[in-house]
Amino acid sequence: MLTSNVTFLFSISTIKIFTTFCIFRSVDEYRKKEYKAAVKIQSWFRGCRVRAYIRYLNNMIIIIQKWWRGYQGRRYFRKMVETAYFIMKMNFYNEMAVRIQKRWRGYYVRKYTHNYYALKKYLEAISVNNEIVRKELNEYAEMKEKEKEKKDLEKKEKEKEHQARKMHYLLSTEQIAGIYNSPFSKSADPMELLLRKSKPLSHSQQPAKNHLICELCDRSNCTRSPTFPAAQPLPPIGRQKPQGPFRDAAEVLRQRYKPLEPTLRVAASINSLEKAREEIKREEWRNRVHDNEFLPFSSYHKNEKYDPSIHRSGKYGQETYGVKHFREVQPKKWIADKDFQTVLPSIVLFERFGKTYSRTGQIV
Amino acid sequence: IVALVGVMALLRPLLLDVVPTIQQTAALALGRLASYNDELAEAVVKGDILPQLVCSLSEQNRFYKKAAAFVLRAVGKHSPQLAQAIVQCGALETLVICLEDFDPGVKEAAAWALGYIARHNSELSQAVVDAGAVPLLVLCIQEPEIALKRIAASTLSDISKHSPELAQTVVDAGAIAHLAQMILNPDAKLKRQVLSALSQIAKHSVDLAELVVEAEIFPVVLTCLKDSDEYVKKNGATLTREIAKHTPELSQLIVNAGGVAAVIDCIGSCRGTVRLPGIMMLGYVAAHSENLSMAVIVSKGIPPLCTCLIEENEDHIKAAAAWALGQVGRHTPEHARAVAVANVLPTLLSMYMDTHSSEDLQVKAKKALKNILQKCTYLPALEPLLHDAPPNILKHIVGQFSKVLPHDSKARRLFVTTGGLKKVQEIKAEPGSLLQEYINTINNCYPEEIVRQYLKTPAGEKLVLLS
Repeated sequence: MLTSNVTFLFSISTIKIFTTFCIFRSVDEYRKKEYKAAVKIQSWFRGCRVRAYIRYLNNMIIIIQKWWRGYQGRRYFRKMVETAYFIMKMNFYNEMAVRIQKRWRGYYVRKYTHNYYALKKYLEAISVNNEIVRKELNEYAEMKEKEKEKKDLEKKEKEKEHQARKMHYLLSTEQIAGIYNSPFSKSADPMELLLRKSKPLSHSQQPAKNHLICELCDRSNCTRSPTFPAAQPLPPIGRQKPQGPFRDAAEVLRQRYKPLEPTLRVAASINSLEKAREEIKREEWRNRVHDNEFLPFSSYHKNEKYDPSIHRSGKYGQETYGVKHFREVQPKKWIADKDFQTVLPSIVLFERFGKTYSRTGQIV
Repeated sequence: IVALVGVMALLRPLLLDVVPTIQQTAALALGRLASYNDELAEAVVKGDILPQLVCSLSEQNRFYKKAAAFVLRAVGKHSPQLAQAIVQCGALETLVICLEDFDPGVKEAAAWALGYIARHNSELSQAVVDAGAVPLLVLCIQEPEIALKRIAASTLSDISKHSPELAQTVVDAGAIAHLAQMILNPDAKLKRQVLSALSQIAKHSVDLAELVVEAEIFPVVLTCLKDSDEYVKKNGATLTREIAKHTPELSQLIVNAGGVAAVIDCIGSCRGTVRLPGIMMLGYVAAHSENLSMAVIVSKGIPPLCTCLIEENEDHIKAAAAWALGQVGRHTPEHARAVAVANVLPTLLSMYMDTHSSEDLQVKAKKALKNILQKCTYLPALEPLLHDAPPNILKHIVGQFSKVLPHDSKARRLFVTTGGLKKVQEIKAEPGSLLQEYINTINNCYPEEIVRQYLKTPAGEKLVLLS
């Protein structure tokens, strides 16, 4: 019973539930439909909104990019134009430089290396010099010729005179006419005149051998006969030997004319000692730096402290002061921790270092 | 000769005789025998006489020394082997001691013997130098006797001619200054030797030549070129040649001092081999640069060279003259024109073609011709050569014509009227060769009809004259 009640109740409730459920379900379905429709509508609308927003953003971005790209492009173009301009300018300058160099090199070569006029002058100078040399050489040759002729003439003359002296006996006398003085000719032969002028040749006077003739003869084959060498010059033969126990004349003469060889003591003068002392004094006076005598040490300089020089006062010898830095630095005395700032007036010329020429060349 | 060997055996003990006159006469006799013939000299060496002579050289008086040195000289002059034998028996030291002797005759004989020994080859010269001869020889040069000076100068010349080191040794002993002073001496034979010594020193290298020049020889040497003695002129020309051949600067120096004019006059006044060094000197000067070559032309150098070429009989002098002309003319068209105007090209050609001339002459004439022709633009001189030249020379001649004719109308007309064009047509050349190209270039200068006329008849020439 209970269960049947329960089941009955349950079934009634279920039927109730079921009917309400059915009612609810249809309402629910309707609600779901509506819900879905609403969702659809909303989603589409939101989609539209977002799309519109995105479109808007897109357009903005396009504008920004457009401007940016335009800007970049213009910059690049400007660079290109500047380089082209620079290249054009450099070509122009090069052309002008080539013109200048062309002119200069032509001038230089023509003036210094292959100077036509200098060459011409040089060749003319050479021909003038040659003329002078030729003239001088000709004069020299003529002079030599004349000297030779003169020598020959003199030689002939000498020979003739020698002949005349040898044939002096052929001189004509009052009674007998000599060979050269023919009675039929009007005046005497020149040989006759020579004979008259010349002195007779004495036999004891042999004519001195001419050294020139000696030179011409051949010494190569040792053709002269060897003679004994004389030991000493002999005394003159003609003098008569003095009678008596006299010494040999040569010895006497040698002793008489022997040169004097005094000893050192004799050769030294009497006052040589004083002279030597004076000489020493003079030399010392000459070699002295000044004539003041040395003064004795006084106590004037006793308390003076010795000031070492800069070289000595440093620890390791060579101080860098005066060589590497020129100012004493004592950081302990500084008020602030920093050193002075070197604020010097700028030197106008040095500021322009590297900037004196135009800047057009620095683009590339 | 067998008897003479017996004579050696007889003379040898006489050398040791007590009486000095006999010793001296025996030595003299030996010397005269040895100097006559080299077999006798060998017999003297084989007879073991030399060591004896050398020993007694140091002890005896001056006449014996002179005679002994004479024997050594007579033996040493024939051949290097005999000179070597003399060196081996220790004669050099004793000869050098003789050089310090007081008597000038002894010094002269010793110096002469040393000179003959040193003449043969450089080892013997080195041996002489090692014995300490050079400073003593330089002292000998300063002695007053002229014969001694001559011999000392000739010995120094023989020593220095072999190699630069020997020449440097001679220079280090201070020889150049004394030799340079002696150029002024009036004695002709001395001048010969002095000039020869200086030229042997200068020939080895540029430094030695500069040292010689610094001794201020230059205007003085030119007076030697005018001397009356032929060999003085020859040696003077040799000295200038040895100096000029090293560098352009030295040649320039010689030209500036007027040396070229002096040498040209010297060539003009001599005959025969005496001219040869002068010709070579002009060749060397002209070879260095075109300015110097122009200087030679301006100093009227070409006419004497041409006369040398034509007049001389000896082939080597002709060859030298041909070489010198080639050097003068090879630089620029101006130079080639100067040479061509002197009408020397036909002579050179005939020398080249002549079968009797020696190889050397032919080669040099050909080279000279080639060098001159490659630069010659003087057409009247080239015309006569067209007719006789062999093909290898003809190529150059026709080449020159082909270079000049396209630009010069007067020359073209002249070429035709003198029959040159006709001759050119008659040349047979292989197609494609250089000669054919030149002929084509020449033919292109003229209108077609004229060239065709020439190929047909000589009457074409008259046609050209009419047109």
